[in-house]
Formats: sequence, C-alpha cells, structure tokens
Amino acid sequence: MNNPAILIIDDEAQIRRLLEITLESNGFKVESAETAKEGLRIAANHPPDLIILDLGLPDENGHSVLKKLREWYTKPIIILSVQSSEDDIVKALYNGANDYLVKPFRTGELLARIRSALRGAANEENNPLIDAGDLQIDLAARTVKKNNEIVKLTATEYKLISLLAQHEGKVLTHQYLLREVWGPGYINQSQYLRVFIAQLRKKVEADANRPEHILTESGVGYRFIAKE
Amino acid sequence: MLQRLTKVSKPTQFLISIALVILAAAGCYLASAYIDYKVVAFILLLTVSLIAIVFDIIPVLVAATLSALIWNFFFIEPKYTVHIGSAEDGLLFLMYFVIALINAVFTNRVRRIEKQVREKEEKENIVRLYNTLLNSLSHELKTPIATIVGATDNLLSGTSKLSEENKKELVEGISIAALRLNQQVENLLSMSRLESGFIQPRKDWTDINELVYDVVHRLEQPLKNHKLHISIDEKLPFYKLDYGLIEQVLYNLLYNAAIYTPAYGDIFLTAKNSADKVYRLYTAIPAHSELKKETNVLIVIIEDRGPGFPPTEIEKVFNKFYRLENTKPGGTGLGLSIVKGFTEAHNGTVKLENVPHGARFTIEIPAETSYINNMNNE
Repeated sequence: MNNPAILIIDDEAQIRRLLEITLESNGFKVESAETAKEGLRIAANHPPDLIILDLGLPDENGHSVLKKLREWYTKPIIILSVQSSEDDIVKALYNGANDYLVKPFRTGELLARIRSALRGAANEENNPLIDAGDLQIDLAARTVKKNNEIVKLTATEYKLISLLAQHEGKVLTHQYLLREVWGPGYINQSQYLRVFIAQLRKKVEADANRPEHILTESGVGYRFIAKE
Repeated sequence: MLQRLTKVSKPTQFLISIALVILAAAGCYLASAYIDYKVVAFILLLTVSLIAIVFDIIPVLVAATLSALIWNFFFIEPKYTVHIGSAEDGLLFLMYFVIALINAVFTNRVRRIEKQVREKEEKENIVRLYNTLLNSLSHELKTPIATIVGATDNLLSGTSKLSEENKKELVEGISIAALRLNQQVENLLSMSRLESGFIQPRKDWTDINELVYDVVHRLEQPLKNHKLHISIDEKLPFYKLDYGLIEQVLYNLLYNAAIYTPAYGDIFLTAKNSADKVYRLYTAIPAHSELKKETNVLIVIIEDRGPGFPPTEIEKVFNKFYRLENTKPGGTGLGLSIVKGFTEAHNGTVKLENVPHGARFTIEIPAETSYINNMNNE
C-alpha cells in the first residue's frame, strides 16, 4: 500500500496541523475535517485508509460519529480523546474503534498505532505465521516458539496468545478476551484472565515482570506488541 | 460537645428544654420541705440559663415561660393556683419572668456574635488556603510555561547563533516542561474529582504483581538512579480494586520516594496480605458495605532512605497543598492528598511514619479476595 490516505476529524486547529505535518512527513496522504458533518462527508466521498477521530467535536458527540461511520466504514478508526476515562475508552472500542490515544500523546506512539492498524487491516486474509522477534506464533500448526524452541502451552493459553497476536498492536478489552476465549458467560470473570495473562507472561516473556509482548492497558485490556 | 448539642433539631430542643425544666422543678418539689420557694426560683433560673447556652432562642423562651408558670403554680403561696397571695411575691414573680427572658435573649445574642467571629475565622482560613493554592499553582504551572515560551522564542528567532547541541537541549526542555504541566493538570483533575465526591471506584480483579511492575515501568526515568527493592508475597491473592486509582496511589508514593531519596539510595516496596487485620478494620466499615467474608487486607509498604519528615509535620503531609519548607520543586502538594483520597475511596487507610534513615508509608486496603491464582489451573 503506497501512501495510505488518512482522514483527521478534530476541531482543534493546532492539533490538526500537528497531525498533518507529522503524517505527511511520514509519507501519508492527509485530509482533515473540522466538524463531524464535514468529516462524515469526506469519509463518504473519498473513503480513506484510516480515520483519526477526536471524541470531543463541537457539532456531534464523537461516540455517535463513530457509530455512524461503522455502519459502512470497515477500515481502521483511531480515537483521540482528552478524557482518560476508562469507561469512555471501553465504550469507543466496543463501538468499533480499533485503537485510542489520550491527549497528550507522543507522535512516535501515534505512528506506531497507525502502522499497526493498517498492517492489521492488510493482514485480514490471515498470514498463518506471526513473527514477533523472539516469538513465532504458527496459527496453522498451533505452536508458539520462543527463541526457536517450542513453548508448552495449555489450550486456553494458546487461544489467548493467538487471539492477542492476531490483533497485533491493537488493544483488546477484558470483556472481549473473556468472551472470545472462555465464552459469553465469563465476561465478568476477569480473575481467569489475570491468571492466564500472568502464566503466559512467565512462559513467553524474557522477564514476566517487564513484559515486552503482552502489555497492560490500565483498566481497559491487553495489547500484543510484535517487537520492541 | 456544645457544638454538637447546638446542632440538635428544633423539636428535640423543645423536648429537652421542657424535660429539663420539669425535672428541675420535680426535684425542687420533692425537696420543698427543706428549701425555700425563693431558692427554687434560683434553681429554675439556673436551669434556664444552662439551656440558653446550648439551644436556640425559641425553645429557651418556652423553657423560661414554663419555668415561671411552674414556679408560680407549685411553689408560690397559695400553691396549685395561678393566683399570687402577696404583693411581694407578685413582684418576685414579675422579676423572675423578666430576668429569665433577658437571660435567654442575651445569651442567645452572645452566641450569635461568637458564631459570626468563628465564621469569619473560617473564611479567613479558606482565603489563606486559597492563596497558598494560587501561589503553589502559579509557581508550578508558570515555571514550565516560562521554559516553553523562552525556549520557543529562542528557536523561532532565526538570527540567534544556536549550536545544534543547544537547540536539542532547548527542545528537550520544552518536552520535559510539557510533561510536567500535564502531570500538574492530571493532579488537579484528580483532586477536583475527589472534592466533588465523584470518585466511585471501578473495582475489578487486580494482580498486584502486574500493577506494581506497571507503575515501576512508568517511573523508570525518575527511579533510574535508585535501588528499588521489590518484595511481593508470592501467595498474594487477587484483590477487587480500581486498578487506575491504586496505580495512581503507588505512582505518587514511589515518585515521592524517588524525589526525596538521594541518588543511589535504596527504596523498598513490600506487598503482603493480612487476613487478621480485616476484623480490626471492620468496625470502620459501614454495615451496608459490600465487604464479604472473603475480604482480606492488602498491605503495601513503601520505605525510602531519604531525610524523613519533621515529626511535627507528619500529621499535615496529607493535607491539600501542603509542602515541606525548602522542598524540591516538582509538585503542587497534591500528590499525597490524592493518595489519601483514593485510598479512602476504597475504605483503606494510609499511614506515614519516620523510620531510621527514612520515611515509611503504609497503605492498608480491605478488599474482596480471590485465591484462584494459587490453584493449579486446568
């Protein structure tokens, strides 16, 4: 994908300009909108490869803009927000956002999230081998190798890490993980998730206390990172 | 005590006033063989005066009137009539009534003036606190802003002969200042959330090990010159806590320790469980609370090898905007009051004490506990 197109929907002129400069200098094509109305119009007329959406827009609630976009737009949407409220973030992820960043964010972090979201969208036809530096996850053979040695995992551990790794770079909420791995009846049993994350880290991380692959998103969920 | 009595509701004040007058009168009546009716007047007057010290004007006036009537009816000859026999007694009765009323009115006025003085003092205290806040805030916010404005001016003026190294330094200065500003704003937001009573812990099962190392990771930079010794009980259960709030508590305490411990000094973090402590704490937990039988107490101790706190200041450190004199910059004096607020939002306690070569913070949080992590899974 050459020069992916990104649409920025944010009412703050300074943030828009900062994003435009950052993204253009990193080889992205950028369009921007100041209001929800304008953003929805541009998105419909020239569907971009990714949308950066600010939750605090003057003319419409960001969550409702997100829902409207998700009625037809299937490519990644990254949320920007000044509120670090966990409920707000979980709600946006539930409504179909791929990722979120809380202002103030580091531009390096933003670029990493954009690339990872674009990669995830491109990988939808399923590459069975996920290469995460010292970790290799083979979805076809259902094996995980750490430094070229097979890691012995239980069925649940494997389910959890393969789910996380298939959404590399994306935050998966506690509820999503519990539902996908254990089933709909378990979405409030977060203690299971804690147990298995701790066990997985002991098996796949170089240092379980300084995880480099399975990262904690405080109060929201977990994120798998391929390389440090 | 007096303060509390004055807050008793109006109907209760009436009841207590009337009951006291009747009680005093009944006592006098039983002793009427030994005491003169004029002495009774003084005893009743004393009762009314005492009531006037604590209660509002209306119940006191009622008590004064009632006592006058009782005195007349039960004690002045002829007894059991409102009729008064002698002119002298009539004068006494009139004087009794007037003195009781004057007593009630004046005591009330004195109390009102006293209250006004107290309110004025409280107001002055608030103004003083507000000024401390403004001073602290304007300093803590304006210093980074000054850094940013100065550095950008330098960078924007194309004529200046800045070396690449200088430019880099200025940009780094801007970055640090911006993060510091952000931290201050975060603290202020946390404080206003606490003040408004909006803090409702979102409790979920929490792996303390994960939480602690998460915080330590976020503090890598400030802690880079210290030796941090982490000791977490391997059998520590999961606790139902608000991850974000407790993360902030540990962050503030460790950050504090990092600032006040000299470089290359030791900092100790210990986390353990106490099953016994919960019973002691139970008395402080409201009866309707959700705490159940499997409740334990999480204890986290953070000890530094810094200068410690002056013993006279220990009580004050959790106060809003409190800062030690000659303290290092970098805080608004909100960090520790946020620690206290977030801990108390979990029905927990935080304690500070000096230990040889440093200070020790102890956090105790009663929370629902799950030992599922210590079972063999699958």
